[in-house]
Amino acid sequence: MARMKFTSRGVVLPLAALYFLVPIGASVWFSVNEVEGISFDAYTKGLGTEGLTTSLMLSVRLGLATIVCGLLLMVPTLVAISLYLPRLRRIVEVLCMMPLVVPPIALVAGVTTVLSWEQDLADTPLYMTFQVLRDEEFPLILVLVYTVMSLPFLYRSLDAGLRAVDLRTLVEAARSLGASRLQTLWQVVVPNLRTAVVGGAVLSLAMVLGEYTVASVLSYRPFSVWMVEIKDSEAQLSVAAAMLSLLITWGLLLLLTTLAGGRSRRRAHSGRENRKKTVS
Amino acid sequence: MADKTAPPPAGSGAAVLADSVPAAGPAAPARPSPPVRGGGARRRGARRHRWPVVVPFFAFLAVCFGLPAGTMVYGAFTVVDSATGEGRFSTENVSGSLSGAYATGLTGSVELSAVTALLATVIGTLIAQAVVSSPRPALRGVVVSASGVLANFSGAPLAFAFIATLGTTGTVTQLFHLDRTGFSLYSFTGLVLAYLYFMVPLMVVTVLPALDGLRSQWQEAAASCGATRGQYWRHVGIPVLTPSLLGGAVLMFGTAFASHATAAVMVGSSQPLITIQIANALNGNVLVGQENLALAMSLNMVVIALLVMAVQIPLQRRSTRWLG
Repeated sequence: MARMKFTSRGVVLPLAALYFLVPIGASVWFSVNEVEGISFDAYTKGLGTEGLTTSLMLSVRLGLATIVCGLLLMVPTLVAISLYLPRLRRIVEVLCMMPLVVPPIALVAGVTTVLSWEQDLADTPLYMTFQVLRDEEFPLILVLVYTVMSLPFLYRSLDAGLRAVDLRTLVEAARSLGASRLQTLWQVVVPNLRTAVVGGAVLSLAMVLGEYTVASVLSYRPFSVWMVEIKDSEAQLSVAAAMLSLLITWGLLLLLTTLAGGRSRRRAHSGRENRKKTVS
Repeated sequence: MADKTAPPPAGSGAAVLADSVPAAGPAAPARPSPPVRGGGARRRGARRHRWPVVVPFFAFLAVCFGLPAGTMVYGAFTVVDSATGEGRFSTENVSGSLSGAYATGLTGSVELSAVTALLATVIGTLIAQAVVSSPRPALRGVVVSASGVLANFSGAPLAFAFIATLGTTGTVTQLFHLDRTGFSLYSFTGLVLAYLYFMVPLMVVTVLPALDGLRSQWQEAAASCGATRGQYWRHVGIPVLTPSLLGGAVLMFGTAFASHATAAVMVGSSQPLITIQIANALNGNVLVGQENLALAMSLNMVVIALLVMAVQIPLQRRSTRWLG
């Protein structure tokens, strides 16, 4: 027992802490260290540069659009499946997990090929669609690809949420009180799925903000692509931006625990603690 | 479905068969029913109006996932004649993507993923076990939230953090003169170090529920039968955990295998990795007329990912039996 304590907690955790904290500390030091002492220029001046604000805003807009798109697709579908179409559950689950089998780079390889049909379709109305999809200001194509990539965690999050509530009773109650289908969905089901919806949304947003592969292959310039573009000319700024993105991720997940840390979570947590107490 | 059920008992309150209720207004006049819009029409349409809800989902997947994926498979087996511009069926791309430098890239990716998956599984489980067995609940909170953040800290930002730490001009490199020891971040070892930074936290989050499911009664029972702690782990703990651990390892492999940004920013093309080779091919760094080679390489990735994922399916069933 004593030996076990020594090996697992006494050695593993400090080593892990060292491994995980050193890169962050070293990066912060790298970004402020100048020949003539410490300078926070990378943070004060650099983070205000135009490239950063434009690219970060593009990332945020893409992220929000992805969340809206993903939730609009998934919430009604999963609610309908658990209420009326249970036979479709398995196939929807498998389809939502497909993006885990097709890596982003493989998906974007297919997307690039599809987009290259643009020339062949120049005479058809579809040509306009391609133009809209590839709009430099707001590339919808990225939103679509990101929505596909966010399906696995949206599914997991919403599925767990739907299992935790008695959906049928809720919907029946709402409908018997005269709520329309949309009202039921929007005012009864969604508020009860708050934790799941917020959880899925935050994970999607974190994924989009850090996404590099798809955007760089399709030559758009969101936050992480910008970060890489400046790495040779302004190394300190790029590291500062990396730290900023870590901070944003941290803030987002903190927001998630605060927003979603309502009843259900606390109950589950205290339940677990109780069980541990009784058995140990 | 619901319209065939009997009308709800009058005055039965709110929680009754919902779909039949708005339409059942005339049948249950005693109920103080709220205004119902288009009752009869809705009832007749109710059955028909269920499946259209899921149509957008399937349509979206067909266009945004099925179309690119189908194009990938089709393109992988098509060779475009540069003179006529016509495509014909051929396995040239696939065989090309499995030979020479591309074969090295594929095996390089598999090796890197296997090594990091193994390490992340072991280290992540050790950390999670240390947290689970800790008497302080605060430690668990800290580790879980830190893992959540770090598991999402991958790609370009992670690469920069490691370049700033262990790169040629990195803080730690300068401090300990690591360059003199022959260490280089831009190598296989460097990639393993960087990948573990987001994979270990991911493994911690994944394996924690399974470790929570190990009941301490089992341990007590083993102990009262005279088993040592080592024997408990060998004969009870590890066998029960094996499906979860293998499932975690599969997830780790998939994550590492699909990773592109971290390696692309950190080592560029200096390490043979299939993701980087695909990206290079897509950016036009291959000969004209060989764009489909990128599609063939992508197909190889999907096939390997499928094979690895397939391991997990029978395992998951076993895991839920004990830890459900």
